[in-house]
Amino acid sequence: MADIEYRRITLDGLWHNNQALVALLGLCPLMAVTNTLVNGLGLGLATTAVLLMSNLSVSGIRHWVRAEVRLPVFVMIIASFVTAVELLMNAYFHELYKILGIFIPLIVTNCAIIGRAEAFASRNPISASAVDALSIGVGFTLVLSVLGGLREFIGQGTLFAGAPLLFGDIASSWELSLGEEYPGVLLAILPPGAFIGLGFLIALKNIIDKRLSSRAVEVTAATAPAGAPS
Amino acid sequence: MHFPITSSPHLQGGNAIRSVMGQVLLALVPGTVALWWYFGWGVVINVALAGVTAVAAEWLVLKLRKRDPWPAVSDLSALVTAWLLALALPPLLPWWQTLVGSLFAIVLVKQLFGGIGFNPFNPAMAAYAFLLISFPADMTHWLQPSVLTGENLPLQETLQAIFQGTAVLGAQWDAISGATPLDHMRTELSRNLMISEIRQSPVWGDFGGLGWEWVGNWFLLGGLFLIWRGVISWRIPVSMLAALLLIAGMFWAVDPQTHPFPAFHLFSGAAILGAFFIATDPVSASTTPRGQLIYGALIGLLVFAIRTWGGYPDAVAFAVLLMNMAAPTIDHYTQPRVFGAREEDHG
Repeated sequence: MADIEYRRITLDGLWHNNQALVALLGLCPLMAVTNTLVNGLGLGLATTAVLLMSNLSVSGIRHWVRAEVRLPVFVMIIASFVTAVELLMNAYFHELYKILGIFIPLIVTNCAIIGRAEAFASRNPISASAVDALSIGVGFTLVLSVLGGLREFIGQGTLFAGAPLLFGDIASSWELSLGEEYPGVLLAILPPGAFIGLGFLIALKNIIDKRLSSRAVEVTAATAPAGAPS
Repeated sequence: MHFPITSSPHLQGGNAIRSVMGQVLLALVPGTVALWWYFGWGVVINVALAGVTAVAAEWLVLKLRKRDPWPAVSDLSALVTAWLLALALPPLLPWWQTLVGSLFAIVLVKQLFGGIGFNPFNPAMAAYAFLLISFPADMTHWLQPSVLTGENLPLQETLQAIFQGTAVLGAQWDAISGATPLDHMRTELSRNLMISEIRQSPVWGDFGGLGWEWVGNWFLLGGLFLIWRGVISWRIPVSMLAALLLIAGMFWAVDPQTHPFPAFHLFSGAAILGAFFIATDPVSASTTPRGQLIYGALIGLLVFAIRTWGGYPDAVAFAVLLMNMAAPTIDHYTQPRVFGAREEDHG
Protein backbone atom coordinates (compact mmCIF):
# COMPACT_ATOMS: atom_id res chain seq x y z
CA MET A 1 0.00 0.00 0.00
CA ALA A 2 2.63 2.47 1.08
CA ASP A 3 4.81 1.46 -1.86
CA ILE A 4 2.03 2.21 -4.29
CA GLU A 5 1.52 5.56 -2.64
CA TYR A 6 5.20 6.52 -3.07
CA ARG A 7 5.12 5.25 -6.60
CA ARG A 8 2.14 7.45 -7.38
CA ILE A 9 3.77 10.50 -5.77
CA THR A 10 6.94 9.93 -7.77
CA LEU A 11 5.12 9.46 -11.07
CA ASP A 12 2.98 12.52 -10.41
CA GLY A 13 5.99 14.67 -9.73
CA LEU A 14 8.00 13.46 -12.66
CA TRP A 15 5.27 13.22 -15.26
CA HIS A 16 1.53 13.51 -14.59
CA ASN A 17 1.75 16.68 -12.53
CA ASN A 18 5.08 17.95 -13.83
CA GLN A 19 5.32 21.50 -12.53
CA ALA A 20 6.66 22.92 -15.77
CA LEU A 21 4.74 20.92 -18.37
CA VAL A 22 1.37 20.39 -16.68
CA ALA A 23 0.98 22.83 -13.79
CA LEU A 24 2.88 25.52 -15.73
CA LEU A 25 4.35 26.85 -12.51
CA GLY A 26 7.74 28.45 -12.12
CA LEU A 27 7.75 29.65 -15.71
CA CYS A 28 9.70 32.83 -14.95
CA PRO A 29 12.99 31.05 -14.16
CA LEU A 30 12.12 28.43 -16.76
CA MET A 31 11.99 31.04 -19.51
CA ALA A 32 14.79 33.21 -18.26
CA VAL A 33 17.71 30.91 -17.53
CA THR A 34 17.29 27.99 -19.89
CA ASN A 35 19.49 29.41 -22.62
CA THR A 36 22.08 26.69 -22.01
CA LEU A 37 21.86 23.18 -20.64
CA VAL A 38 24.23 23.91 -17.77
CA ASN A 39 22.32 27.00 -16.66
CA GLY A 40 19.06 25.06 -16.69
CA LEU A 41 20.58 22.17 -14.77
CA GLY A 42 22.19 24.51 -12.23
CA LEU A 43 19.01 26.37 -11.48
CA GLY A 44 17.03 23.13 -11.47
CA LEU A 45 19.32 21.60 -8.84
CA ALA A 46 19.20 24.73 -6.68
CA THR A 47 15.39 24.73 -6.91
CA THR A 48 15.27 21.04 -6.00
CA ALA A 49 17.44 21.66 -2.94
CA VAL A 50 15.22 24.49 -1.73
CA LEU A 51 12.10 22.47 -2.46
CA LEU A 52 13.37 19.47 -0.52
CA MET A 53 14.29 21.49 2.55
CA SER A 54 11.14 23.60 2.51
CA ASN A 55 8.90 20.54 2.10
CA LEU A 56 10.67 18.82 5.00
CA SER A 57 10.32 21.82 7.30
CA VAL A 58 6.74 22.61 6.36
CA SER A 59 5.75 18.99 6.84
CA GLY A 60 7.62 18.86 10.16
CA ILE A 61 5.80 21.83 11.66
CA ARG A 62 2.43 21.16 10.06
CA HIS A 63 0.75 20.33 13.40
CA TRP A 64 1.81 23.56 15.07
CA VAL A 65 1.22 26.19 12.41
CA ARG A 66 -2.30 27.61 12.45
CA ALA A 67 -4.07 27.89 9.11
CA GLU A 68 -4.40 31.67 9.44
CA VAL A 69 -0.67 32.31 9.46
CA ARG A 70 0.54 29.41 7.32
CA LEU A 71 1.38 31.40 4.20
CA PRO A 72 3.69 33.94 5.90
CA VAL A 73 5.37 31.04 7.69
CA PHE A 74 5.88 29.14 4.43
CA VAL A 75 7.31 32.23 2.78
CA MET A 76 9.73 32.78 5.68
CA ILE A 77 10.89 29.18 5.53
CA ILE A 78 11.39 29.26 1.77
CA ALA A 79 13.15 32.62 1.90
CA SER A 80 15.56 31.34 4.55
CA PHE A 81 16.50 28.30 2.50
CA VAL A 82 16.86 30.35 -0.68
CA THR A 83 19.22 32.68 1.15
CA ALA A 84 21.23 29.70 2.34
CA VAL A 85 21.40 28.20 -1.15
CA GLU A 86 22.36 31.54 -2.62
CA LEU A 87 25.25 31.95 -0.17
CA LEU A 88 26.37 28.37 -0.75
CA MET A 89 26.35 28.80 -4.51
CA ASN A 90 28.21 32.06 -4.21
CA ALA A 91 30.86 30.21 -2.21
CA TYR A 92 31.21 26.98 -4.19
CA PHE A 93 29.93 27.71 -7.71
CA HIS A 94 30.87 31.33 -7.98
CA GLU A 95 31.02 31.56 -11.79
CA LEU A 96 27.66 29.86 -12.23
CA TYR A 97 26.29 32.08 -9.48
CA LYS A 98 27.32 35.14 -11.44
CA ILE A 99 25.65 33.84 -14.63
CA LEU A 100 22.38 32.88 -12.96
CA GLY A 101 22.45 36.18 -11.09
CA ILE A 102 19.08 37.45 -9.93
CA PHE A 103 17.36 34.14 -10.68
CA ILE A 104 18.81 32.41 -7.63
CA PRO A 105 17.21 34.82 -5.13
CA LEU A 106 14.11 34.71 -7.34
CA ILE A 107 13.70 31.00 -6.55
CA VAL A 108 11.78 32.35 -3.57
CA THR A 109 9.04 33.51 -5.92
CA ASN A 110 8.86 30.18 -7.75
CA CYS A 111 5.20 29.25 -7.35
CA ALA A 112 6.04 25.57 -7.62
CA ILE A 113 7.74 25.66 -4.21
CA ILE A 114 5.03 27.39 -2.23
CA GLY A 115 2.53 25.38 -4.26
CA ARG A 116 3.98 22.12 -2.99
CA ALA A 117 4.24 23.46 0.55
CA GLU A 118 0.59 24.42 0.55
CA ALA A 119 -0.84 21.55 -1.49
CA PHE A 120 1.26 18.67 -0.27
CA ALA A 121 3.75 19.16 2.55
CA SER A 122 1.35 20.88 4.93
CA ARG A 123 -0.98 17.86 4.80
CA ASN A 124 1.36 14.86 4.54
CA PRO A 125 3.97 13.16 6.69
CA ILE A 126 7.64 14.00 6.37
CA SER A 127 8.67 10.94 4.35
CA ALA A 128 5.97 11.42 1.74
CA SER A 129 6.81 15.13 1.53
CA ALA A 130 10.47 14.32 0.92
CA VAL A 131 9.59 11.94 -1.91
CA ASP A 132 7.23 14.53 -3.35
CA ALA A 133 9.89 17.26 -3.20
CA LEU A 134 12.48 15.07 -4.85
CA SER A 135 10.24 13.91 -7.67
CA ILE A 136 8.79 17.37 -8.32
CA GLY A 137 12.29 18.85 -8.21
CA VAL A 138 13.77 16.25 -10.52
CA GLY A 139 10.84 16.64 -12.92
CA PHE A 140 11.32 20.40 -12.97
CA THR A 141 15.09 20.03 -13.39
CA LEU A 142 14.61 17.62 -16.29
CA VAL A 143 12.40 20.07 -18.16
CA LEU A 144 14.81 22.93 -17.46
CA SER A 145 17.72 20.84 -18.75
CA VAL A 146 15.95 19.56 -21.86
CA LEU A 147 14.71 23.02 -22.77
CA GLY A 148 18.13 24.50 -22.02
CA GLY A 149 19.86 21.86 -24.11
CA LEU A 150 17.43 22.36 -26.98
CA ARG A 151 17.83 26.14 -27.00
CA GLU A 152 21.59 25.94 -26.64
CA PHE A 153 21.88 23.42 -29.46
CA ILE A 154 19.66 25.32 -31.89
CA GLY A 155 20.77 28.74 -30.77
CA GLN A 156 24.53 28.40 -30.76
CA GLY A 157 25.23 24.86 -31.92
CA THR A 158 26.81 23.61 -28.70
CA LEU A 159 25.89 21.34 -25.83
CA PHE A 160 27.33 21.39 -22.30
CA ALA A 161 28.97 24.76 -22.88
CA GLY A 162 30.23 25.98 -19.53
CA ALA A 163 29.97 22.55 -17.92
CA PRO A 164 33.07 23.23 -15.75
CA LEU A 165 31.03 25.88 -13.92
CA LEU A 166 28.94 23.12 -12.44
CA PHE A 167 31.08 20.00 -12.56
CA GLY A 168 34.60 21.38 -12.12
CA ASP A 169 37.61 21.03 -14.38
CA ILE A 170 36.87 17.41 -15.14
CA ALA A 171 34.03 18.59 -17.42
CA SER A 172 36.11 20.89 -19.57
CA SER A 173 36.16 18.35 -22.41
CA TRP A 174 32.42 17.65 -22.33
CA GLU A 175 31.40 20.46 -24.61
CA LEU A 176 30.00 19.31 -27.94
CA SER A 177 29.99 21.78 -30.77
CA LEU A 178 28.79 21.88 -34.35
CA GLY A 179 31.84 23.96 -35.15
CA GLU A 180 32.50 27.57 -36.00
CA GLU A 181 30.57 27.27 -39.25
CA TYR A 182 27.20 26.99 -37.51
CA PRO A 183 25.55 30.39 -37.86
CA GLY A 184 23.42 30.22 -34.74
CA VAL A 185 19.72 31.00 -34.47
CA LEU A 186 19.55 33.93 -32.11
CA LEU A 187 15.81 33.60 -31.60
CA ALA A 188 16.24 30.29 -29.78
CA ILE A 189 18.40 31.95 -27.12
CA LEU A 190 16.12 34.98 -26.75
CA PRO A 191 12.88 34.72 -24.71
CA PRO A 192 10.60 33.87 -27.69
CA GLY A 193 12.68 30.73 -28.18
CA ALA A 194 11.81 29.65 -24.63
CA PHE A 195 8.10 30.09 -25.23
CA ILE A 196 8.18 28.24 -28.55
CA GLY A 197 10.41 25.50 -27.12
CA LEU A 198 8.18 25.00 -24.07
CA GLY A 199 5.17 24.85 -26.36
CA PHE A 200 6.77 22.02 -28.31
CA LEU A 201 7.72 20.16 -25.12
CA ILE A 202 4.14 20.37 -23.83
CA ALA A 203 2.85 19.19 -27.21
CA LEU A 204 5.30 16.29 -27.12
CA LYS A 205 4.13 15.29 -23.65
CA ASN A 206 0.50 15.41 -24.77
CA ILE A 207 1.27 13.24 -27.80
CA ILE A 208 3.01 10.67 -25.59
CA ASP A 209 0.10 10.68 -23.13
CA LYS A 210 -2.37 10.23 -25.97
CA ARG A 211 -0.42 7.31 -27.41
CA LEU A 212 -0.16 5.69 -23.98
CA SER A 213 -3.84 6.05 -23.19
CA SER A 214 -4.96 4.77 -26.60
CA ARG A 215 -2.63 1.80 -26.15
CA ALA A 216 -4.08 1.16 -22.70
CA VAL A 217 -7.57 1.18 -24.20
CA GLU A 218 -6.47 -1.27 -26.88
CA VAL A 219 -4.93 -3.57 -24.29
CA THR A 220 -8.06 -3.64 -22.15
CA ALA A 221 -10.21 -4.12 -25.23
CA ALA A 222 -8.04 -7.00 -26.38
CA THR A 223 -7.84 -8.74 -23.00
CA ALA A 224 -11.42 -8.24 -21.89
CA PRO A 225 -13.09 -10.79 -24.18
CA ALA A 226 -10.37 -13.35 -23.50
CA GLY A 227 -10.81 -12.99 -19.76
CA ALA A 228 -14.58 -13.12 -19.91
CA PRO A 229 -16.15 -16.52 -19.43
CA SER A 230 -17.49 -17.88 -22.70
CA MET B 1 -39.65 11.09 -58.86
CA HIS B 2 -36.59 12.46 -57.12
CA PHE B 3 -36.36 16.18 -56.42
CA PRO B 4 -33.00 17.01 -54.91
CA ILE B 5 -33.42 19.50 -52.10
CA THR B 6 -30.45 21.70 -51.39
CA SER B 7 -30.13 24.63 -49.11
CA SER B 8 -28.97 28.01 -50.36
CA PRO B 9 -26.77 29.30 -51.90
CA HIS B 10 -27.98 27.70 -55.09
CA LEU B 11 -25.53 29.45 -57.37
CA GLN B 12 -21.94 28.77 -56.52
CA GLY B 13 -18.87 30.58 -57.70
CA GLY B 14 -15.62 28.75 -58.06
CA ASN B 15 -13.14 28.46 -55.24
CA ALA B 16 -13.47 31.89 -53.65
CA ILE B 17 -10.18 31.71 -51.80
CA ARG B 18 -8.33 30.71 -54.94
CA SER B 19 -9.75 33.60 -56.93
CA VAL B 20 -8.91 36.10 -54.16
CA MET B 21 -5.40 34.76 -53.75
CA GLY B 22 -4.91 34.66 -57.50
CA GLN B 23 -5.80 38.32 -57.78
CA VAL B 24 -3.45 39.18 -54.91
CA LEU B 25 -0.66 37.36 -56.72
CA LEU B 26 -1.49 39.24 -59.91
CA ALA B 27 -1.46 42.55 -58.04
CA LEU B 28 1.97 41.73 -56.62
CA VAL B 29 3.49 41.34 -60.08
CA PRO B 30 4.16 45.03 -60.93
CA GLY B 31 5.90 45.71 -57.62
CA THR B 32 7.88 42.51 -57.87
CA VAL B 33 9.02 43.39 -61.37
CA ALA B 34 10.07 46.80 -60.09
CA LEU B 35 12.05 45.18 -57.29
CA TRP B 36 13.69 42.91 -59.86
CA TRP B 37 14.51 45.94 -62.01
CA TYR B 38 16.24 47.76 -59.16
CA PHE B 39 17.71 44.89 -57.15
CA GLY B 40 18.26 42.09 -59.64
CA TRP B 41 17.62 38.40 -59.83
CA GLY B 42 17.86 37.74 -56.12
CA VAL B 43 14.25 38.90 -55.70
CA VAL B 44 12.96 36.35 -58.21
CA ILE B 45 15.08 33.55 -56.74
CA ASN B 46 13.79 34.34 -53.25
CA VAL B 47 10.19 34.24 -54.43
CA ALA B 48 10.76 30.89 -56.16
CA LEU B 49 12.59 29.37 -53.19
CA ALA B 50 10.08 30.52 -50.63
CA GLY B 51 7.15 29.54 -52.82
CA VAL B 52 8.31 25.98 -53.45
CA THR B 53 9.16 25.50 -49.77
CA ALA B 54 5.84 26.88 -48.57
CA VAL B 55 3.73 24.73 -50.87
CA ALA B 56 5.76 21.61 -50.05
CA ALA B 57 5.52 22.34 -46.32
CA GLU B 58 1.75 22.90 -46.53
CA TRP B 59 1.35 19.61 -48.36
CA LEU B 60 3.46 17.70 -45.85
CA VAL B 61 1.77 19.11 -42.76
CA LEU B 62 -1.70 18.42 -44.15
CA LYS B 63 -0.62 14.85 -44.88
CA LEU B 64 0.60 14.58 -41.28
CA ARG B 65 -2.72 15.97 -40.04
CA LYS B 66 -4.46 13.32 -42.18
CA ARG B 67 -6.30 15.93 -44.22
CA ASP B 68 -6.75 16.08 -47.95
CA PRO B 69 -3.92 18.42 -48.97
CA TRP B 70 -5.21 19.35 -52.41
CA PRO B 71 -7.92 21.94 -51.51
CA ALA B 72 -5.57 23.81 -49.21
CA VAL B 73 -2.58 23.70 -51.51
CA SER B 74 -4.55 24.69 -54.61
CA ASP B 75 -6.09 27.77 -52.96
CA LEU B 76 -2.74 29.55 -53.48
CA SER B 77 -2.70 30.98 -49.96
CA ALA B 78 0.66 29.40 -49.14
CA LEU B 79 2.06 30.92 -52.29
CA VAL B 80 0.84 34.40 -51.30
CA THR B 81 2.42 34.03 -47.86
CA ALA B 82 5.71 32.90 -49.37
CA TRP B 83 5.67 35.65 -51.97
CA LEU B 84 5.07 38.39 -49.39
CA LEU B 85 7.81 36.98 -47.19
CA ALA B 86 10.23 36.80 -50.11
CA LEU B 87 9.57 40.45 -51.03
CA ALA B 88 10.54 41.46 -47.50
CA LEU B 89 13.84 39.56 -47.60
CA PRO B 90 17.17 40.99 -48.74
CA PRO B 91 17.83 39.82 -52.33
CA LEU B 92 21.05 37.95 -51.52
CA LEU B 93 19.91 36.26 -48.32
CA PRO B 94 21.53 32.80 -47.98
CA TRP B 95 19.16 30.20 -49.46
CA TRP B 96 18.66 28.22 -46.28
CA GLN B 97 17.44 31.26 -44.36
CA THR B 98 14.72 31.84 -46.96
CA LEU B 99 13.87 28.17 -46.63
CA VAL B 100 13.74 28.20 -42.82
CA GLY B 101 11.67 31.37 -42.84
CA SER B 102 9.17 29.91 -45.28
CA LEU B 103 8.90 26.72 -43.19
CA PHE B 104 8.40 28.79 -40.04
CA ALA B 105 5.58 30.75 -41.68
CA ILE B 106 3.66 27.73 -42.93
CA VAL B 107 4.34 25.10 -40.28
CA LEU B 108 4.53 27.08 -37.06
CA VAL B 109 2.46 30.19 -37.68
CA LYS B 110 -0.18 28.83 -40.03
CA GLN B 111 -0.68 25.07 -39.75
CA LEU B 112 0.03 24.60 -36.04
CA PHE B 113 -2.83 27.00 -35.33
CA GLY B 114 -5.16 25.08 -37.65
CA GLY B 115 -4.34 26.13 -41.20
CA ILE B 116 -5.93 28.76 -43.36
CA GLY B 117 -8.47 30.91 -41.54
CA PHE B 118 -7.22 30.07 -38.07
CA ASN B 119 -3.85 31.76 -37.76
CA PRO B 120 -3.94 34.66 -35.30
CA PHE B 121 -0.77 36.16 -36.76
CA ASN B 122 0.20 37.08 -40.28
CA PRO B 123 2.47 34.16 -41.27
CA ALA B 124 4.68 36.15 -43.64
CA MET B 125 5.36 38.87 -41.09
CA ALA B 126 5.88 36.44 -38.23
CA ALA B 127 8.46 34.63 -40.35
CA TYR B 128 10.10 37.92 -41.28
CA ALA B 129 10.34 38.88 -37.60
CA PHE B 130 11.73 35.42 -36.81
CA LEU B 131 14.44 35.78 -39.46
CA LEU B 132 15.26 39.35 -38.49
CA ILE B 133 15.70 38.47 -34.84
CA SER B 134 17.57 35.24 -35.54
CA PHE B 135 19.97 36.42 -38.26
CA PRO B 136 20.24 40.18 -37.84
CA ALA B 137 23.50 40.53 -39.77
CA ASP B 138 22.29 38.84 -42.96
CA MET B 139 18.84 40.37 -42.76
CA THR B 140 20.02 43.97 -42.66
CA HIS B 141 22.37 43.76 -45.67
CA TRP B 142 20.38 44.95 -48.63
CA LEU B 143 21.69 45.48 -52.12
CA GLN B 144 21.99 49.03 -53.37
CA PRO B 145 19.55 49.76 -56.19
CA SER B 146 21.00 49.39 -59.66
CA VAL B 147 20.51 53.10 -60.36
CA LEU B 148 23.30 53.70 -57.86
CA THR B 149 25.70 50.89 -58.67
CA GLY B 150 25.33 51.02 -62.46
CA GLU B 151 23.99 47.56 -63.14
CA ASN B 152 22.49 44.60 -61.39
CA LEU B 153 24.44 41.51 -60.45
CA PRO B 154 24.24 38.94 -63.28
CA LEU B 155 22.03 35.91 -62.71
CA GLN B 156 24.88 33.45 -62.31
CA GLU B 157 26.70 35.48 -59.68
CA THR B 158 23.42 36.06 -57.85
CA LEU B 159 22.86 32.30 -57.71
CA GLN B 160 26.40 31.78 -56.45
CA ALA B 161 25.98 34.42 -53.77
CA ILE B 162 22.70 32.95 -52.56
CA PHE B 163 23.79 29.33 -52.56
CA GLN B 164 27.47 29.61 -51.59
CA GLY B 165 27.44 32.74 -49.48
CA THR B 166 28.21 36.33 -50.34
CA ALA B 167 31.90 35.69 -49.68
CA VAL B 168 32.27 34.50 -53.30
CA LEU B 169 31.65 38.07 -54.44
CA GLY B 170 34.74 39.25 -52.58
CA ALA B 171 35.29 42.98 -52.46
CA GLN B 172 32.39 43.57 -54.82
CA TRP B 173 29.96 42.66 -52.01
CA ASP B 174 30.97 45.69 -49.99
CA ALA B 175 30.49 47.91 -53.00
CA ILE B 176 26.99 46.76 -53.87
CA SER B 177 25.51 46.13 -50.42
CA GLY B 178 24.46 48.54 -47.75
CA ALA B 179 21.77 49.59 -45.35
CA THR B 180 18.28 50.37 -46.59
CA PRO B 181 17.37 54.08 -46.82
CA LEU B 182 15.31 53.80 -43.64
CA ASP B 183 18.21 52.24 -41.79
CA HIS B 184 20.58 54.82 -43.22
CA MET B 185 18.32 57.66 -42.12
CA ARG B 186 18.10 56.33 -38.57
CA THR B 187 21.83 55.72 -38.24
CA GLU B 188 22.64 59.20 -39.47
CA LEU B 189 20.01 60.82 -37.25
CA SER B 190 21.46 59.00 -34.27
CA ARG B 191 24.79 60.62 -35.11
CA ASN B 192 23.04 63.98 -34.65
CA LEU B 193 23.17 64.94 -38.30
CA MET B 194 20.56 67.31 -39.73
CA ILE B 195 18.10 66.03 -42.32
CA SER B 196 19.48 68.57 -44.81
CA GLU B 197 22.97 67.09 -44.34
CA ILE B 198 21.73 63.52 -44.57
CA ARG B 199 19.90 64.25 -47.81
CA GLN B 200 23.23 65.18 -49.42
CA SER B 201 23.94 61.46 -49.83
CA PRO B 202 23.32 60.06 -53.33
CA VAL B 203 21.05 57.30 -52.00
CA TRP B 204 18.06 59.65 -51.83
CA GLY B 205 15.45 60.23 -54.50
CA ASP B 206 12.64 62.74 -54.36
CA PHE B 207 10.84 61.36 -51.32
CA GLY B 208 12.47 58.18 -50.10
CA GLY B 209 15.43 56.11 -51.19
CA LEU B 210 16.41 56.16 -54.86
CA GLY B 211 14.71 53.25 -56.58
CA TRP B 212 12.72 52.35 -53.47
CA GLU B 213 10.12 55.04 -54.01
CA TRP B 214 9.34 53.65 -57.45
CA VAL B 215 8.93 50.16 -56.05
CA GLY B 216 6.42 51.73 -53.67
CA ASN B 217 4.54 53.28 -56.60
CA TRP B 218 4.18 49.96 -58.37
CA PHE B 219 2.92 48.25 -55.24
CA LEU B 220 0.45 51.13 -54.91
CA LEU B 221 -0.81 50.31 -58.40
CA GLY B 222 -1.32 46.66 -57.44
CA GLY B 223 -3.07 47.74 -54.24
CA LEU B 224 -5.46 50.04 -56.10
CA PHE B 225 -6.25 47.13 -58.42
CA LEU B 226 -7.20 45.02 -55.39
CA ILE B 227 -9.48 47.74 -54.04
CA TRP B 228 -11.08 48.16 -57.47
CA ARG B 229 -11.71 44.41 -57.69
CA GLY B 230 -13.18 44.43 -54.20
CA VAL B 231 -10.60 41.96 -52.89
CA ILE B 232 -9.59 44.26 -50.06
CA SER B 233 -11.48 47.14 -48.49
CA TRP B 234 -10.07 50.66 -48.68
CA ARG B 235 -10.35 51.13 -44.94
CA ILE B 236 -7.17 49.51 -43.65
CA PRO B 237 -4.73 50.90 -46.25
CA VAL B 238 -6.21 54.40 -46.19
CA SER B 239 -6.38 54.67 -42.42
CA MET B 240 -2.90 53.20 -41.99
CA LEU B 241 -1.24 55.51 -44.51
CA ALA B 242 -3.24 58.53 -43.32
CA ALA B 243 -2.26 57.92 -39.71
CA LEU B 244 1.37 57.47 -40.70
CA LEU B 245 1.32 60.70 -42.74
CA LEU B 246 -0.46 62.60 -40.00
CA ILE B 247 1.85 61.71 -37.15
CA ALA B 248 4.96 62.03 -39.31
CA GLY B 249 3.67 65.41 -40.50
CA MET B 250 3.12 66.60 -36.96
CA PHE B 251 6.65 65.74 -35.89
CA TRP B 252 8.03 67.18 -39.09
CA ALA B 253 6.16 70.43 -38.58
CA VAL B 254 7.61 70.77 -35.09
CA ASP B 255 11.18 70.03 -36.07
CA PRO B 256 11.91 69.43 -39.78
CA GLN B 257 15.64 69.00 -39.15
CA THR B 258 15.39 65.87 -37.04
CA HIS B 259 12.22 64.34 -38.49
CA PRO B 260 12.09 63.39 -42.14
CA PHE B 261 9.46 64.72 -44.53
CA PRO B 262 6.18 62.75 -44.13
CA ALA B 263 6.28 61.36 -47.67
CA PHE B 264 9.61 59.80 -46.78
CA HIS B 265 7.80 57.44 -44.42
CA LEU B 266 5.27 56.58 -47.09
CA PHE B 267 7.77 55.72 -49.77
CA SER B 268 10.42 54.03 -47.64
CA GLY B 269 10.59 50.45 -46.57
CA ALA B 270 7.44 48.40 -46.65
CA ALA B 271 4.80 51.04 -45.86
CA ILE B 272 2.90 50.77 -49.17
CA LEU B 273 3.37 47.01 -49.51
CA GLY B 274 2.35 46.63 -45.89
CA ALA B 275 -0.71 48.85 -46.15
CA PHE B 276 -2.24 47.15 -49.19
CA PHE B 277 -1.01 43.58 -49.00
CA ILE B 278 0.04 42.72 -45.44
CA ALA B 279 -2.17 44.66 -43.04
CA THR B 280 -5.20 43.63 -45.11
CA ASP B 281 -4.66 39.90 -44.55
CA PRO B 282 -8.30 38.78 -44.19
CA VAL B 283 -7.53 36.22 -41.48
CA SER B 284 -5.43 38.12 -38.98
CA ALA B 285 -6.77 41.65 -39.51
CA SER B 286 -9.79 43.26 -37.97
CA THR B 287 -13.03 42.49 -39.81
CA THR B 288 -15.64 45.06 -38.75
CA PRO B 289 -15.80 48.31 -40.78
CA ARG B 290 -15.08 50.62 -37.84
CA GLY B 291 -12.60 48.14 -36.46
CA GLN B 292 -10.64 48.17 -39.70
CA LEU B 293 -10.27 51.95 -39.52
CA ILE B 294 -8.95 51.70 -35.95
CA TYR B 295 -6.74 48.73 -36.79
CA GLY B 296 -5.16 50.47 -39.78
CA ALA B 297 -4.65 53.76 -37.98
CA LEU B 298 -2.95 52.09 -35.03
CA ILE B 299 -0.63 50.21 -37.38
CA GLY B 300 0.29 53.55 -38.96
CA LEU B 301 1.07 55.07 -35.57
CA LEU B 302 3.07 52.03 -34.48
CA VAL B 303 5.06 52.08 -37.72
CA PHE B 304 6.06 55.65 -37.06
CA ALA B 305 6.87 54.99 -33.41
CA ILE B 306 8.96 51.89 -34.08
CA ARG B 307 10.77 53.49 -37.01
CA THR B 308 11.57 56.61 -35.04
CA TRP B 309 12.46 55.19 -31.65
CA GLY B 310 13.00 51.48 -32.33
CA GLY B 311 16.14 49.58 -33.23
CA TYR B 312 15.15 47.55 -36.29
CA PRO B 313 15.42 48.46 -39.98
CA ASP B 314 11.70 48.55 -40.65
CA ALA B 315 8.62 48.57 -38.48
CA VAL B 316 5.78 47.25 -40.62
CA ALA B 317 6.26 43.62 -39.56
CA PHE B 318 6.29 44.40 -35.84
CA ALA B 319 3.43 46.87 -36.10
CA VAL B 320 1.27 44.36 -37.98
CA LEU B 321 2.07 41.55 -35.53
CA LEU B 322 1.27 43.74 -32.52
CA MET B 323 -2.03 44.79 -34.04
CA ASN B 324 -2.83 41.17 -34.98
CA MET B 325 -2.88 40.60 -31.24
CA ALA B 326 -5.29 43.50 -30.76
CA ALA B 327 -7.60 42.61 -33.66
CA PRO B 328 -9.98 40.29 -31.73
CA THR B 329 -10.45 42.94 -29.04
CA ILE B 330 -11.08 45.66 -31.63
CA ASP B 331 -13.61 43.43 -33.37
CA HIS B 332 -15.35 42.75 -30.08
CA TYR B 333 -15.95 46.43 -29.37
CA THR B 334 -16.86 47.50 -32.91
CA GLN B 335 -19.56 44.99 -33.80
CA PRO B 336 -21.89 46.69 -36.27
CA ARG B 337 -25.51 47.09 -35.22
CA VAL B 338 -27.68 44.26 -36.49
CA PHE B 339 -30.35 45.66 -38.82
CA GLY B 340 -33.52 46.26 -36.83
CA ALA B 341 -31.86 45.90 -33.43
CA ARG B 342 -31.77 48.81 -31.04
CA GLU B 343 -28.52 50.01 -29.55
CA GLU B 344 -29.42 48.87 -26.02
CA ASP B 345 -30.11 45.32 -27.24
CA HIS B 346 -26.40 44.86 -27.64
CA GLY B 347 -25.52 45.54 -24.06
